[in-house]
Amino acid sequence: MTTAEATAATDYELVIGLEVHSQLLTASKMFCRCPADYANAAPNTHCCPICMGFPGVLPVINEQAVDFMIMTALALHCEIPDFSKFDRKNYFYPDLPKGYQISQYDRPLSHDGYLTIHLNGAEKRIGITRVHLEEDTGRLAHLDGGGDRYSLVDLNRAGTPLMEIVSEPDMRSPEEARLYMEKLRSILVYLGVSSGKMEEAALRCDANVSVRPRGQAEFGVKTEIKNMNSFRAVERALTYEAQRQIEELKAGRRIVQSTRGWIEDRGITVLQRVKENSDDYRYFPEPDLPPLVVSREWVARLQAQLPELPDAARERFERDYGLSTYDAEQLTAERAMADYFEAAVKAGKASDTHARAKAVANWTLGDLRRLLNTASLDISVSTITPAGLAELLDLMDAGTISGKQAKDVLEKAFASGAAPSAVVAAEGISQLSDTGELESIVDAVIAENPKAVDDFRAGKSSAVQFLMGQVMKRTKGRARPDVVTPLLQSKLSQA
Amino acid sequence: MAELWQLTISEASELLRRREISAVELTRAHLDRIEQVEGNVRAFVTVTEAEATREAEQVDRLRSEGAELGPLAGIPIAIKDVISTKGVRTTCSSRMLEHYTPPFDATVMNRLHDARAIMLGKTNMDEFAMGSSTENSAFFPTRNPWDLERTPGGSSGGSASAVAAGEAMAALGSDTGGSVRQPGALTNTVALKPTYGRVSRFGLIAFASSLDQIGPFTRSARDMALMMQAIAGYDRLDSTSINAPVPNYAEALTGDVKGLRIGVPSEYFVEGTEPGVRAVVEQAIETLKSLGAEVGECSLPHTRYGVAAYYIIAPAECSANLARYDGVKYGFSSKQPAGSLIDYMSETRGAGFGSEVKRRIMLGAYALSSGYYDAYYLKAEKVRTLIKRDFDSAFERFDALISPTSPSVAFKIGEKIADPYAMYLNDVFTIPANLSGICGLSMPGGFSDGLPVGVQLLGPALGEPMLLRIADAFEQATDYHKQMAATPSTKKKGRSR
Repeated sequence: MTTAEATAATDYELVIGLEVHSQLLTASKMFCRCPADYANAAPNTHCCPICMGFPGVLPVINEQAVDFMIMTALALHCEIPDFSKFDRKNYFYPDLPKGYQISQYDRPLSHDGYLTIHLNGAEKRIGITRVHLEEDTGRLAHLDGGGDRYSLVDLNRAGTPLMEIVSEPDMRSPEEARLYMEKLRSILVYLGVSSGKMEEAALRCDANVSVRPRGQAEFGVKTEIKNMNSFRAVERALTYEAQRQIEELKAGRRIVQSTRGWIEDRGITVLQRVKENSDDYRYFPEPDLPPLVVSREWVARLQAQLPELPDAARERFERDYGLSTYDAEQLTAERAMADYFEAAVKAGKASDTHARAKAVANWTLGDLRRLLNTASLDISVSTITPAGLAELLDLMDAGTISGKQAKDVLEKAFASGAAPSAVVAAEGISQLSDTGELESIVDAVIAENPKAVDDFRAGKSSAVQFLMGQVMKRTKGRARPDVVTPLLQSKLSQA
Repeated sequence: MAELWQLTISEASELLRRREISAVELTRAHLDRIEQVEGNVRAFVTVTEAEATREAEQVDRLRSEGAELGPLAGIPIAIKDVISTKGVRTTCSSRMLEHYTPPFDATVMNRLHDARAIMLGKTNMDEFAMGSSTENSAFFPTRNPWDLERTPGGSSGGSASAVAAGEAMAALGSDTGGSVRQPGALTNTVALKPTYGRVSRFGLIAFASSLDQIGPFTRSARDMALMMQAIAGYDRLDSTSINAPVPNYAEALTGDVKGLRIGVPSEYFVEGTEPGVRAVVEQAIETLKSLGAEVGECSLPHTRYGVAAYYIIAPAECSANLARYDGVKYGFSSKQPAGSLIDYMSETRGAGFGSEVKRRIMLGAYALSSGYYDAYYLKAEKVRTLIKRDFDSAFERFDALISPTSPSVAFKIGEKIADPYAMYLNDVFTIPANLSGICGLSMPGGFSDGLPVGVQLLGPALGEPMLLRIADAFEQATDYHKQMAATPSTKKKGRSR
């Protein structure tokens, strides 16, 4: 950042609010019985007259989607009113088969909640304006067939449930926005209501961004940023847009209320549409659906079934496993990771839970995560099972293999899918801990390296490391250091 | 003996059960009747002769195998072309859906198939059920069998004329603001708009979702009971359908109205109603009194705002319901080269819809627009609530209300078509029942200058048994419902092929 930029950044305050859409992991679509999972389906195979908007069809509310919505509302500390309703949002587009989207306008299923993010060791609450249910649109493919441009419509996605989560304009930096998205995703995945996959557009984020001179009470003119397909993109796009707006203002120009698209490979936002007035979607109550009355019993039942959420899991990991806040946060960000960790700790034979937990954390967040990332695999499908990792650590604790060997075993087991013990057996990996055998090797090494012995006598402690290296070379790394070191020490003092 | 096409369902059903006639004979008689008079009446958009014959043969086969069949088995009926029929084109009498064939059956069709009723074909209507004369059909107007110069009313004019002319023993229509009851009144048929939610709307092509309700036409209250028995009931596919047990409608026909309290709403007897209509309704009230009913006056003060509220709410809903006809998925698509997507959709909708449909879409879109919503849609919804309250208090004192169905008898083709407002006033007495969700029935009440006059009975939600009971008792005391139009034939009687 140049000096000028740094000054600008401190003169202005950034205001960010996010609108997040999440697909829901329901079995069927929002208003019909078609399967909601279309990931591997051929175009237009997961649809029926209802989600294709045929004349005469009627919607029926998917109760599981409402369950998921209420669970999310509870996790986000939202109010859930008794009375809610669906509305029609009218606009024409070929991916919207009915010519209107069934959404919720003025009486959403929930409103006024918050989510907590952790920033530089401090907690910050980001307000949630509302969370509501709606249906997704189909997808268009724009093609160019020999100069003849045309578009194809795939309605597999049409009518799948979508949950919209609107935040208050409470975020003040791109980093806060990214942390909000990460925490929100984490909560949704913990709840089991969303896959959380931004790269598959299962989780989508639009941002409203404005800047204002520091100290000014009213908000600046905002722009809406779309097309951010990863957490990193959210942070980068908002950083870019904030800077752009500040430069506009500094140059004496005004910000135009507009929609801008993030161009990932160029690292910029570009103008898509100027919003002169707010769009007129002619919302009105959906007459095909009666109002949704959410009983207190319904809410209570779901409250009772609510799983542990990331913040609670993090606190418990710190408390029960003696982990650092950092490790606990890393492990609990992903529910699958947290589950893996706990299963691995429980599967092991270690008597000291805290020491074992620390070891499991190190291996899970270190070597295993690296292997998984390289292979682009989710931890839930890791070839090294939690029991496998526990077995590896047990082999280390028993002295059967060294830490260095363990890394090797982990990689081999990860690649082959075999159990670590099987890898150890098949590869003949073991440590040399027989004192008699090691003694004769130490004797031989000392005999062959008189200079090192002289160095030792001259007070150079590095001579011991050199001789240890020679022992390892001879044993191809199998010698147990904790046996060799005292042997060397005593032999050298005697020599 | 009467011709087969003159029988009521109850009579024909008994003959079928005793195997004195076959379903094939009965169906054939109606197909022949269609052939005789259809050139004059023009009730049908599509006649499904082959399917009807096949279904009738199946009923006869089942009966010969000793199967226990219900009262509608083998009964030929007609279906308004707004109700989805699997494999049979369903046009809504619109260019937009002229070649559209639904891949599924409406719930009412499934129920009628289960009852083994025979579908003769699909009947003409005002385009997308918007109109009161069937002149808004994109194909041709349907004529009133009582006077071919006149309309049968609408929008279910095809169904009404088919039943009145003996082309079908019963028919289904749809009633959004009077579209079953008004043509029923103008054609001397019994016509029922059930309570909102009593009959599933799944497969009924929507005009105004919160007002639409499928209702039958028959030639007697007893036949109406049979039709309702078959089609009424909760449907999982229609979230607005009522999950309440279906009563035995025929059991309600006691023939007795002694002690029943019947209210006469003063707002329904005001200027604008033809004297001949008024005279018939007053005579009907006297008849019911003579049968022992207790008649008293009541007031429904918000009636006068009904038409205004209706012409906000119904167009608003239709503007969304008809948005799906964009030329992308099914139905008419413009072949004009279009500059943009919106141009293409505008071309399609501009050419595919008739002028009344376009008028209502524009009215509705306007009423829902930002800045106008509160003044129009929201205000209309408030009026709706007031009209509901009017009925609630009236039904605390009365078992049913009585009024004219329509302010006039059948009017001439072309007479009102140029004046939408005059046309809209046809529904002044029928609209409040749709706005409030209650049930309403039009029964043949007599004649004015040789043209039928309908008497409307209004009942509270799920009050159909009461309305059927009163209509049946009235039929016992009169014979208006038995009179059939002397529909002129265009062909000689009998099979021509």
